[in-house]
Amino acid sequence: MTFELMSGNQAAATAVLKAGVDLIAAYPITPQTAIVEALANFAAKSQLKGEFVSVESEYSALSCCNGAAAAGARVFTATASHGLAYMHEMIHWCSGARLPVVMANVNRAIGAPWCLDPDQGDSLSQRDTGWVQIYCAGAQEVFDTILQAFVLAEEILLPCMVVFDGFYISHTYEVIDVPDNETVASFIGKPSFRGQVVPGSPANIHGLIPSESLHRHAERIHKDMISAGERFKKINDRFAAVFGRRYNCMETFIPRGAKNIIITAGAMAETIRWNLPGLPDTGLIQMRMFRPFPAEEIRVVIEELTIEKVIVIDRNCSAGAGGIIGQELKAALYGMERKPALVNLILAGGIDLTAEMLEKVSRLNVEKGTTSEKWGCDLS
Amino acid sequence: MRATELSRDQEMIYSGHNACPGCAAALSVRYLTRALGPDLAIVLTASCWSIIAGVPPLTALKCPILHCPFPSAGAVGSGLKRGLKIKGFADTTVVVLAGDGGTFDIGLQALSGAAQRNEDLIFVCYDNEAYMNTGMQSSSATPFGARTATAPYPLFKEGQKKNIMQIMAAHSIPYAATATVAFPDDMIRKFKKADSIKGFRFIHVLSPCPPGWGTESSETIYLSRLAVATGAFPLYEISNGSRWEMTVQEEKRIPLSEYLNCQKRFKGMDPERMQALQKEVDHDWEVLMKRIT
Repeated sequence: MTFELMSGNQAAATAVLKAGVDLIAAYPITPQTAIVEALANFAAKSQLKGEFVSVESEYSALSCCNGAAAAGARVFTATASHGLAYMHEMIHWCSGARLPVVMANVNRAIGAPWCLDPDQGDSLSQRDTGWVQIYCAGAQEVFDTILQAFVLAEEILLPCMVVFDGFYISHTYEVIDVPDNETVASFIGKPSFRGQVVPGSPANIHGLIPSESLHRHAERIHKDMISAGERFKKINDRFAAVFGRRYNCMETFIPRGAKNIIITAGAMAETIRWNLPGLPDTGLIQMRMFRPFPAEEIRVVIEELTIEKVIVIDRNCSAGAGGIIGQELKAALYGMERKPALVNLILAGGIDLTAEMLEKVSRLNVEKGTTSEKWGCDLS
Repeated sequence: MRATELSRDQEMIYSGHNACPGCAAALSVRYLTRALGPDLAIVLTASCWSIIAGVPPLTALKCPILHCPFPSAGAVGSGLKRGLKIKGFADTTVVVLAGDGGTFDIGLQALSGAAQRNEDLIFVCYDNEAYMNTGMQSSSATPFGARTATAPYPLFKEGQKKNIMQIMAAHSIPYAATATVAFPDDMIRKFKKADSIKGFRFIHVLSPCPPGWGTESSETIYLSRLAVATGAFPLYEISNGSRWEMTVQEEKRIPLSEYLNCQKRFKGMDPERMQALQKEVDHDWEVLMKRIT
């Protein structure tokens, strides 16, 4: 074990190096570029045993990963923003094909107009594609989650996206606990899945099927995705036993007697955690796993602690519907007998969450069982 | 090796596949798979062959077929070849099979990327000169003057057919060749030659399509022969982007009208357009002859 100073991007690349991947195909885009460069450097110094393929687009990056994973190889790619949007068709294909691809997405706004700031709409707009999505609030978490993602993806045969905020995490340096290769290998093991393409074995793989067959296929994917929550807990237990650090599907920081809960994903959770002492009767749920959505766990917290107000902070906006995590929360609270008030604070565009905003939003009076939407610019 | 020397035991396409009668794409893949042998994996992009391959778990070929989305063929092929090598199947030949849409149009970027990286693949384009699987819509491989579902009468396809061979030659890939079903010996020799070379190899197959071109299913070989005889589809090969060689030499080219007049897609073509297309073919022929070494 060593401690190293590194950025979120370097932490991601270092985790991929340690994970013993067979193939990386990637294309550079701000703010993900440093991941690609770091991996290329590892390859240049022969530290990386796997192949590094410098492809001509994000679409081809994921396509190349799909092809290699179909042969049974452990693969990785990383992207952000427009790159993720450009991959969209292959993102669907990858989960439908049951390929355990792991991808890092560094949140950045999608144009027009151009903007580099960490709006989460890029990854959240891929929520219906059959990928596990896990959001990280710091560089150590990025490192650890990438290792966990390989294990989870290969266990459920669904791809996994590890998401973190551009600049706030990708470019911020932290001291990272970097385990040695043997320890990582003992946790992650060798790829456990069988290739779909086996030379000498005729097979018509992912060919045209009737809707009844696709219906069953979709059901299996849905059920396996739902099972990912429980499996991820077990993977986290094993992770804690090996590395001494524990994560869950969501992290809760709730002081005794809290009446308000703030729910968010990514780097904003850190900002909120530091500001909690100054906020009246307020706790925090940091969502790690967004797909599958931990609805039951959130309901239990709200019910058991008789939470009166839920504040969902979304650094994104689905025009015409509001914040995306906010929508998911509203759906999760459906049918609860004692519904809390729900305030959706929207920071679309990737604007900074300030202490002032937190202060104002936590003091807002909203009637129980109703919802209210606030835009960050109106609170600062 | 001649087509007639291929052993029946090497047959890799099953009867009962879903191709139309007279489909040159089915015949081309029959030659392709017999020439390359059983240690083969095919990456198949959206095209007529997506249907011809059959409904899983049934299959039309005695080798693995990995289907992939339309624009992705070159990149999925790159990944599969590298993945198989990593998994200990270094000797397996990976063929990417695409139609003209998946090659000339939507697949061009991934194709260019794979060619530029000199991936160890054989990319086979069976060119039936339109989006035939969806019902004969124009592609950039459709010849000037043809009528298609997106250029219906009184319209016709405007603009020249994209010269994909020049594009591939510009990538300086180890091997590129044209082939068509009326010349099976030439076609098989090219598939086998491609298989003996490492790096990126590209075969452009002209694939007459009876329902799309408006011809009888019995005329496929005849049309394939006329395409070569008129110079509309010369048979040649290019090594390393620089050495261009004719492989089937016609003594004298016959007028293009003989090839066009028997296809309904060119029906009612006025003499002016016919002349324009003949000029285009003549010009391309001259350019090709200057390159031939």
